[in-house]
Amino acid sequence: MRKLLPFAKKYWYFCVLAPILMLVDVFCEQQMPMLMSSIMDTGIKMGDKPYIVRIGLMMIVLALVAIICGCANQYSSSMASQGFGSQLRAAMFRKIQTFSFFNIDKFSTASLVTRMTNDCNRMQNTFMMILRMMIRAPLMFIVAFIRALTINAKLSLIFVVAMPIILVAATQIMRVASNRFRIMQRKLDGLNSAVQENLIAIRVVKAFAREEFEREKFYHANDEMTQAGIRAVSVIIWNMPIMMLVMNFSTIAVYWFGGQLVSAGSMGTGELIAFVSYMMQILFSMQMVSMILMQVSQAKASMNRVIEVLDTDPDIDAPEEVKAVPAAERPQVENGSIEFRNVSFRYATSTTGDNVLENVSFSCKSGQVIALIGATGSAKSTLVSLIPRFYDVTEGEILVGGKNVKEYDPEDLRLAIGMVLQKNVLFTGTIRDNILWGKPDATDEEIEEACASAQALEFIKSFPDGFDTILGQGGVNVSGGQKQRICIARAMIKKPKILILDDSTSAVDSATEEKIREAFRNELQDTTVIIIAQRLSSIQHADEIIILDDGKIADIGNHVSLLANSSIYQEIYQSQLQSNTRGEEQLI
Amino acid sequence: MSQMNDRRPPMPPTGGPQAGPDGAKKKVSRIDPYARQRGPGGGGPRGPGRGMFLNAKPKNAGKTLLRVFSYFKYFKFHLIAALFLVGLSSVLHLLSTYLLRPIIDNYIIPGDTAGLARQLIILAIVYVGAAFASLAQSKLLLVAGQKITNRIRRDLFDRLQQLPIHFYDTRTHGDTMSRFTNDVDAIHMALEQTLTQLISSVITFVGVVGIMLFMSPLLFLITLGAMAVMTLISRVIATKGRKMFARQQSAIGEVNGFIEEMVEGQKEIKVFTHEQYAIDEFDELNEEYRDACVKAQFISGIIMPLMGNINNIAYALICIFGGFMAISGNFSLGTLAAYLQYSRQAGQPINQITNQVNMLLAALAGAERVFDVMDEEVEPDHGKITMVPAVVDDKGEFETDAEGAYVIAEKRTGYWLWKIPQEDGTFIYKPVRGDVRFEDVDFSYDGEVQVLKKISLYAKPDQKIAFVGSTGAGKTTITNMLNRFYDIQGGKITYDGIPLEQIAEKSLRESLGMVLQDTHLFTGTVRENIRYGRLDATDEEVVTAAKEANAHSFIHRLPQGYDTMIVNDGANLSQGQRQLLAIARAAVADPVVLVLDEATSSIDTRTERLIELGMDRLMQGRTVFVIAHRLSTVRNSNAIMVMEHGEIIERGDHRQLLDLKGRYYQLYTGQFELT
Repeated sequence: MRKLLPFAKKYWYFCVLAPILMLVDVFCEQQMPMLMSSIMDTGIKMGDKPYIVRIGLMMIVLALVAIICGCANQYSSSMASQGFGSQLRAAMFRKIQTFSFFNIDKFSTASLVTRMTNDCNRMQNTFMMILRMMIRAPLMFIVAFIRALTINAKLSLIFVVAMPIILVAATQIMRVASNRFRIMQRKLDGLNSAVQENLIAIRVVKAFAREEFEREKFYHANDEMTQAGIRAVSVIIWNMPIMMLVMNFSTIAVYWFGGQLVSAGSMGTGELIAFVSYMMQILFSMQMVSMILMQVSQAKASMNRVIEVLDTDPDIDAPEEVKAVPAAERPQVENGSIEFRNVSFRYATSTTGDNVLENVSFSCKSGQVIALIGATGSAKSTLVSLIPRFYDVTEGEILVGGKNVKEYDPEDLRLAIGMVLQKNVLFTGTIRDNILWGKPDATDEEIEEACASAQALEFIKSFPDGFDTILGQGGVNVSGGQKQRICIARAMIKKPKILILDDSTSAVDSATEEKIREAFRNELQDTTVIIIAQRLSSIQHADEIIILDDGKIADIGNHVSLLANSSIYQEIYQSQLQSNTRGEEQLI
Repeated sequence: MSQMNDRRPPMPPTGGPQAGPDGAKKKVSRIDPYARQRGPGGGGPRGPGRGMFLNAKPKNAGKTLLRVFSYFKYFKFHLIAALFLVGLSSVLHLLSTYLLRPIIDNYIIPGDTAGLARQLIILAIVYVGAAFASLAQSKLLLVAGQKITNRIRRDLFDRLQQLPIHFYDTRTHGDTMSRFTNDVDAIHMALEQTLTQLISSVITFVGVVGIMLFMSPLLFLITLGAMAVMTLISRVIATKGRKMFARQQSAIGEVNGFIEEMVEGQKEIKVFTHEQYAIDEFDELNEEYRDACVKAQFISGIIMPLMGNINNIAYALICIFGGFMAISGNFSLGTLAAYLQYSRQAGQPINQITNQVNMLLAALAGAERVFDVMDEEVEPDHGKITMVPAVVDDKGEFETDAEGAYVIAEKRTGYWLWKIPQEDGTFIYKPVRGDVRFEDVDFSYDGEVQVLKKISLYAKPDQKIAFVGSTGAGKTTITNMLNRFYDIQGGKITYDGIPLEQIAEKSLRESLGMVLQDTHLFTGTVRENIRYGRLDATDEEVVTAAKEANAHSFIHRLPQGYDTMIVNDGANLSQGQRQLLAIARAAVADPVVLVLDEATSSIDTRTERLIELGMDRLMQGRTVFVIAHRLSTVRNSNAIMVMEHGEIIERGDHRQLLDLKGRYYQLYTGQFELT
């Protein structure tokens, strides 16, 4: 809990102001029954009209003060809680920006999104509730209790009986109910995900004529949900009647004992009615507290999930000695040379514990073209993601520009590397915005140039809005090949020392791909290019071809030498060979 | 990896599954046990009912209401009893306050202890009665409400299973899910609570007003004034609040959308060291959200203090004037006390009724959306011809009896007969062979763009027909015609000589095996997922099918082998592995006609070679339609159809097409790009 306090700091004055205003508000409200009883017992009894008017006006003034304080309190608590929520959200967002791929994999993106949205909102609401209710209820309780005692201490003994009943009943009901609601929630989630799954896979359902089967599955989940719902709510509906009965019987007790006191003349009628009012408030505030405690305890799960994110230290960061130097003097990547020395790697999240990469060594000079091929799952993508230090090696070391990657500030390292990911992502915004990701200060000429190199200029210009064409989330409105070329342009505009293309021309035809390669040769002469591809035609011209098999380097060499010596390469070659019209064999 | 995607008609991009964890699913979790118990002080922890700011209007409230009520036909007793009990408890409630007057005036002030005891016992009975009535009413409507909701969900789901694919094309999953969750939820709330609350509020309000008028028309003027002010204020706040809440809603949508996009694109952010830009943009959106929230919360928060204290002012005025009247002797203390109690009660219903009416309207609007789906036209299925298992001999020839009629098997044999009903009530039988013919087939998704133009082709049993062409050329559409996801608009499709529409949909689809481009898996074990192809397949048959699809070796290496749970549409498997499972699923179904739509697009060429061996086995003895991006996949087909703009522009086998030196040749030699 203490960890969250700093987030309330920016709006701390509202956090303080809210309870104070609340106190005044409650105080005003609590005066009402008291003043009313004076009107009855003094004013009416004595026939003192000016007294009645005076007291009555006092009540009106108090009500007006309460309105002002009440509204001001609402404003303060809204400012405080929304401020808290927004600070918390911002802190989480900043934290996530520092996360390494490992951190993100550990949480999973879906869970991170939920934590930032759902959990964060729940924390914010709970904070608001604490400010509004948590303070109000005890205040109400104390003030009303003192008032009741002042009116008649003996009559207050009724509370001794009523309070424990309410307390026990409320907490027990809540305890049982919250358990059953949890079960119901689980069933509901299950039901909804079943429906969602059905919607997403409706073509499969229909193609296999499985409507009947799906229906049975759904009926079962639906009935379970209904049963769980009835069980849960059945408990909750007892709450109000019990609460009301206790209050009502306490009222009857007050009328009985108090009535006799009034008859005996030791208590005023007004006092009796005021006492009933205070009693209601006391019992009501008790129920409120038990309710709030339950809600707060439920928010605890969210709190833990939020704190877990905030407490996670990014496991990849600049070394201390680098951080100590001002940004401008930090080591920069000199050239695009890469060296892997006995690199082994395993995902820390994996349960099997097998190495994904096993003892990988190779090196290349700046400006070379390196190709990686291998079957699905042979860890090609893993290998390249070690170069910009998205993950740290488990064993061995990687040198970029002659220095171990861990000696750079990760940001400097990544600035020197351009990358087109396999599952490339475009963001909501125009094509221009997306390309500017590569170089935020790029001029229009630079953008056009990069797009021309990536063979994207032609189709972009064919769009009615050209570079200002809006892309939907994930780039849904361009074709796969177009998307890949925009991503290549985005990486090329960076003019990186190392360019990594992870299966990023798969949807581009060979002729266009050849033109893109041509552009690499002409414009990125000093850039080391690493290509992962399926098609041999994409990589046969590489200076060096690395064949990965199950995390190990199976063979390494150029097209000619591999074709002569590597059985795997020959196999791949055969699988892609086709005969052309003249009966000569050529690659697809 | 092909991004080709022509299985949908052209239409605007949809949010669909991208809604992700933030989609409809999470909105459901807002069922809140505490929302059910607004105490006498009103306004639970969430502040006074949001209902005030709802602005949903059903188009035809009356009709929708009747239809919702028609669900009560199974729960008539529950409904009538509950309504009676609501009335009873409200009246008893009013009565209990009214009893205050004689208690004070007739027994306490005169000091009649015995009378007081008698009166208090009556009061106790009234209280117990009211509590019992309200408990019983809650229980009745709880059961009825839950069961009716169950039935509505069931009806909705049933209808969803019957709707044609066209329905799913035109709506996002998010939209349909929202009907399933939010709208059904709103109906549920209305049935279980809002309805009775509204009735009780109205009875209380009318009763309180009547009694107050009866007690003192003069004092009632004060109450009336206060009510007028409160109504006015509540109207002003509601109008303003609606705007604020709309702004908050859109701000929250933007922040959440941004968070989702940025967290999901986190790898891109790292690649381009874009962290600071993301943070700056986030801060802007976050600040806007904070501001919108504060305003919305504030406006909804001030209702309570405003209303409560205006009521207090009225209370004070009643004290003053009531006091004067009591002094002049024509007003008893007990009456004043009771009147003061009523004046407290009178203030609450105004807000509550506004809230409840709005919530009810919102629920009706939700019901309308639910019924809209229920009223969608179901897939037409007038086909009468079904499939029955056939007896075959060792060579796979269909056996006939002495009269030359085909013999029907008791159990599944893997061979089938068409069971064709005759007008005289008898049936004739005919082997299912898998001979498919298209004659001049026309089709358009929207009635404007012609997606298929005069398509003619035939596929004989044991033939492999391939389709090649760009996105939107109509390749997948052709297969969608075959399984009747859509109905053709011109021409004719026959299956073993039978017009397609005469075959019962279920039989038709069971005779077809489909491996779709987007492989979808279901929550359950690997085994269950393969068995989806044929529900009565034995474990051995599942394993055999997996081996055929070359999936066995990777399944074997999974932590729990065939019992490994698949969650989240197979998120724990690679795309290639999912495709292998989908192929195994089709294999176990043992269909007569097999459709492979980009079935191996995510598998590397070397592995694909291995699968192809299995696939060749899988294709044997079936009619096969293949759609592929990679030309190597289609090379050995009996016929290749090159499609463009809904037409077959070239056809023939691989060699013939190359000799033609047309589009296929260009594709093959890399001179032309498929998009």
